[in-house]
Amino acid sequence: MSGRPDATERGSAPAEPQPVPAAGTTASTRDVRVSPHGTAAIPGARVVQVQKSLMVHNDGVAAANREAFRGSLVLNVVSSPGSGKTALLERTVRDLDGDLSVAIVVGDLETDNDAERLHAAGAPSVQIVTGTVCHLEAEMVARAVDQLDLGGLDVLVIENVGNLVCPAAWDLGEDLRVTMLSVTEGEDKPLKYPRIFKDADAVLINKIDIAEVVGFDRVRALDAVRKVAPGARVFELSARTGEGVGDWLDYLRERRRLKASAIAAAATDAS
Amino acid sequence: MHEFSLVMSMLDLAEKAARADGARRISAIHLEIGALAGVVPEALEFAFEGARVGTMAENARLEVTYLPAIAYCATCQSEFELDNRFGIAVCPSCDTPSADLRQGRELQLAHLEVEE
Repeated sequence: MSGRPDATERGSAPAEPQPVPAAGTTASTRDVRVSPHGTAAIPGARVVQVQKSLMVHNDGVAAANREAFRGSLVLNVVSSPGSGKTALLERTVRDLDGDLSVAIVVGDLETDNDAERLHAAGAPSVQIVTGTVCHLEAEMVARAVDQLDLGGLDVLVIENVGNLVCPAAWDLGEDLRVTMLSVTEGEDKPLKYPRIFKDADAVLINKIDIAEVVGFDRVRALDAVRKVAPGARVFELSARTGEGVGDWLDYLRERRRLKASAIAAAATDAS
Repeated sequence: MHEFSLVMSMLDLAEKAARADGARRISAIHLEIGALAGVVPEALEFAFEGARVGTMAENARLEVTYLPAIAYCATCQSEFELDNRFGIAVCPSCDTPSADLRQGRELQLAHLEVEE
């Protein structure tokens, strides 16, 4: 690292009242010594308004993905590691039994084990190995789906990296955010990771077949989910035994149907 | 550590804006981050310390304003600030839970201070 230059770089100059640039302006304002929030600035420095989301690039790619995915229902499935995302998707593909065609993009830090499992279950699957990156970004998904045939595909599932914090901010171009927890993780998970539950369209509580053994307090968990995500559909299920999976599959069929009719209606309006 | 990705995006946007303004150095970067944006301040600082090396913002201060989470109650037709860190949005007037979050997800590069 190169040495720090003059000490004034970090020191704060005395604040003097100066004109404040209007919020939201993009033009630079010369010779303003006080930032819009009143922080003392360095003498000679000027303020440049930017007002852009850090997600602007990702959101642009996500919008392009959404357009490319318009023929399919797209899910972004998030959970902690080991909640059972891959097991649920294996079960989903097997129990749908070709009723809906499913393809899967799966992100992990390392290995293509999950893609192999999902492929064996009957779904074309592409593994994204993120290396050290703790979440999927829209661009990674765009590259991965190049290897899939989206034509006539009913459902595209994006299985995110197992992590309840980092994936939250990245729009991948999905229709539905599906957040999963399992009964071994504690009933207060939605309170501990509010953002990822708040943005969920559906919340899945997995491994209910062992709920009793691990002393899972169902009422407390449902209460936490409803408090944080009052608009989300909640499914209690077991990917292992198949209990409760029927309702989940019905939900996918219904959402797939709704999207197809919305796209058809938009096409009719446009013609 | 998604904060590293955020910082890379921030530096990219900041350098573009500074260059477009004819500046050579960025002396401060001001972010606005929502209470439910999922950003850990220490992780953000740590990522910035590493990522700024060799950029126009090598010696810049990072200033962050955290914005409270605000939800909208459809029953009362009014906005209210969340009174907890858990993302629980229950209207203080009528006790109705709200799924309509109006502020709190922001990850915004607000403005820079730049020098010639």
